[in-house]
Amino acid sequence: MLHLILFSVFGLICVAGAVNLLLQRHPINSALSLVVVMGSLAVEYLLLGAEFVAAIQVIVYAGAIMVLFVFVIMLLNAGEEEHSQGSHVAWLIGIPGALAVTVIICWALVRSEGTAVALGVTSESSKAFGNAADISQLLFHQFLLPFEVTSILVLIAIMGAVVLAARPESVRETKREG
Amino acid sequence: MISLSYYLVLSAILFACGVAGFLIKRNIITIFMSIELMLNGVNLSFVAFAAKWEMLGNKLALSGHVFVFFVMVVAAAEAAVGLAIIIAVFRTRETLNIDQVNLLKL
Repeated sequence: MLHLILFSVFGLICVAGAVNLLLQRHPINSALSLVVVMGSLAVEYLLLGAEFVAAIQVIVYAGAIMVLFVFVIMLLNAGEEEHSQGSHVAWLIGIPGALAVTVIICWALVRSEGTAVALGVTSESSKAFGNAADISQLLFHQFLLPFEVTSILVLIAIMGAVVLAARPESVRETKREG
Repeated sequence: MISLSYYLVLSAILFACGVAGFLIKRNIITIFMSIELMLNGVNLSFVAFAAKWEMLGNKLALSGHVFVFFVMVVAAAEAAVGLAIIIAVFRTRETLNIDQVNLLKL
């Protein structure tokens, strides 16, 4: 029962944050409502027994990635979104399209068998599902190669970010001369 | 005790909000945030399915969590590169509105 209450409360907060992201005009408000969504998703992960994923969600998503977003919004001094004729067409097509996606996915989920399994951390099974020890056991044995490949991916991403965000050489030259 | 379909419906709603934001938003940073929202929706269904297989006693159920880990790594890399691209676009065009970013080369 407590499980259901926690799920509903944080699920509602989650959906409210996601809808608020759509309704806000200023990007900084959207970013902050995305932080709310990610924080309440961490609680949902805890309800599913995924301690490690919940911790990573708060540290990496709500922490690192959103700080990067807020930093860029402030760096570029992003103002309110202006209306253009493109946005009118986008509202006309986007809202029914997204509603159709929701209805189709939900219909497929509810209709299919096998999704009616009851979930949750029971008192006897709550010992150690999804803690860091179990996950690292799996990550460093079965998934060792993908793990190493991600390290290369992150390295390339760092270099790409530096190259893209650095000022082009010609601009720097003219600045120095002028 | 909650049914698995509750979590899946929540994740579908989050994903659809991300799709809607991607389509209706005109600010390039907000569009990027909508993509993160979609990734979060998918992560929730990964964790929910992992919990289902754990309930049924499958030994490899935790690979769902490992997949969420990989999705987060890719999302972090994508955020770093994407925001660098946004900075580069803003530097050349001085706008964040995607209706005005319609040429590949200025």
